[in-house]
Amino acid sequence: MKVLVPVKRVIDFNVAVRVKADRSGVDLANVKMSINPFDEIAVEEAVRLKEKGKASEIIAVTIGPAAAQETLRTALAMGADRGILVKHETELEPLGVAKILRAVCLEEQPGLVILGKQAIDDDCNQVGQMLAALLSWGQGTFAAKVEVHDGEVGVTREVDGGLQTVALKLPAVISTDLRLNEPRYASLPNIMKARKKPIAEKTAADYGVDAAPRLKVLEVREPEKRRSGMRLTSAAELVGKLRERGLI
Amino acid sequence: MAALVLAEHNNSLLDEATAKAVTAATKVSTPVHVLVAGYDCRSAAEQASKLLRVEKILLSDDPRYANFLAEPMAELVLSLAGSYDAILAPATANGKNILPRVAATLDVPQISEILAAESSDIFLRPIYAGNAIQKVEAKGFKKVITVRVSAFAAAASGGAAAIESIPPAGDPGLSRFVDENLTRSERPELTAAKIVISGGRGLQSKDNFVLIERIADRLGAAIGASRAAVDAGFVPNDRQVGQTGKIVAPELYIAVGISGAIQHLAGMKDSKVIVAINKDESAPIFNVADFGLVADLFEALPEFERALQQS
Repeated sequence: MKVLVPVKRVIDFNVAVRVKADRSGVDLANVKMSINPFDEIAVEEAVRLKEKGKASEIIAVTIGPAAAQETLRTALAMGADRGILVKHETELEPLGVAKILRAVCLEEQPGLVILGKQAIDDDCNQVGQMLAALLSWGQGTFAAKVEVHDGEVGVTREVDGGLQTVALKLPAVISTDLRLNEPRYASLPNIMKARKKPIAEKTAADYGVDAAPRLKVLEVREPEKRRSGMRLTSAAELVGKLRERGLI
Repeated sequence: MAALVLAEHNNSLLDEATAKAVTAATKVSTPVHVLVAGYDCRSAAEQASKLLRVEKILLSDDPRYANFLAEPMAELVLSLAGSYDAILAPATANGKNILPRVAATLDVPQISEILAAESSDIFLRPIYAGNAIQKVEAKGFKKVITVRVSAFAAAASGGAAAIESIPPAGDPGLSRFVDENLTRSERPELTAAKIVISGGRGLQSKDNFVLIERIADRLGAAIGASRAAVDAGFVPNDRQVGQTGKIVAPELYIAVGISGAIQHLAGMKDSKVIVAINKDESAPIFNVADFGLVADLFEALPEFERALQQS
């Protein structure tokens, strides 16, 4: 069974984002970029499925500028077998991404798509569900545990207040949550090996997909800033203040 | 036209998130109808019928909706979509699971986790875990929206909307429910709690989290943690508050032994009141705290607990 893992290049989670002065977006110039943390968990899960003999080949796919190739190399260094870079220079919405990924799935015929539940830049949490809908596949979102059986995959999902386990017919889409696994660090030999793994270059037009955004972003602004308040001298004083404010 | 709100409930109790999504819906399109889909869930529909500003409740009571699986739930919403120009759900695990499936099938974008509606087609939503706010315009297509419930007041009760039973839609047969394990904790859910107390690396060990637990029990608070505490193995990672963990906005957030990395601030800075207890007076957490206490937490927490006991 082939496993397709879509990955996204995003601002590293440790970087403080800066809104551009003209409010057109977030400043991406000279900022450290990394693989979306949830996608890294997706790559790890796919590699573990391959190590268990449940997956035969792992294909990492990313959609973005030429520099997104680095993100594919990260996935290849962790254990993906080959990459697909769908070159795209302009903004995409989750629906456009899902349409491109659907086309990739029709070509590659994976048994499973594993991807992050959301990207930490736009925080949409949509692509996995949309892809499943467009393919008429089942979806196991916010996965904390994945078990592949014959023709079926069991997914334990993080839901409000606990866990829910569902069984999905294969092929299916799984989106990862934090608890699923702890991604490995790529070893130096594997990073070297990843440089030689093949990456195919495509465009949305190659797949005949119109991925033009439909929402109009009017502006991006900073949230209201918090100010630091008062310094207290003891825990007893703190309890007094909280009682005064009716908080406890 | 009208707005349809997908209700959040557990087949017996209506979740307050529904009343909040109703408030958001009234700003997008009216009248507002609420869809209660579940199994043996009439009482949830009756509770929804009492929400003011709701014109009608659609009740689809069928075993296939007992566990709110996305595939059959999306089919049901799609079967009704033609009568509405806006479809909303609270951004709960169910709403986030089901609604993008509806949007994609309708070939429209989804607007996730709106914080406000400036007009019926201009919305504010957080990006970068709330470190930036995006204003988007959605014009010329059906609106599919999830609602950040901490940003809207709940619709008041006192109404008496009619309940109309509707038949189930088809089940695509792609998924089946196996089981569930819902936490029966005495403590409230992290994302719904009015008070959250979180511990960081400063706690130094898993065992020391008992200091946090004692105060949580006394305050009826949920317990959270920083990524550093999770990575150190002090607490399981479903406790993590932060950009890659849970986003919380309680009335009161108490950060103990947490330095305040960007990652963590992103998950809690919308809390109404923030308290920081840390021995490092230059810790960035103090820059966002309403009340800061520079102290050794191993002395401050027992003192805090003692002060709580004296009423």
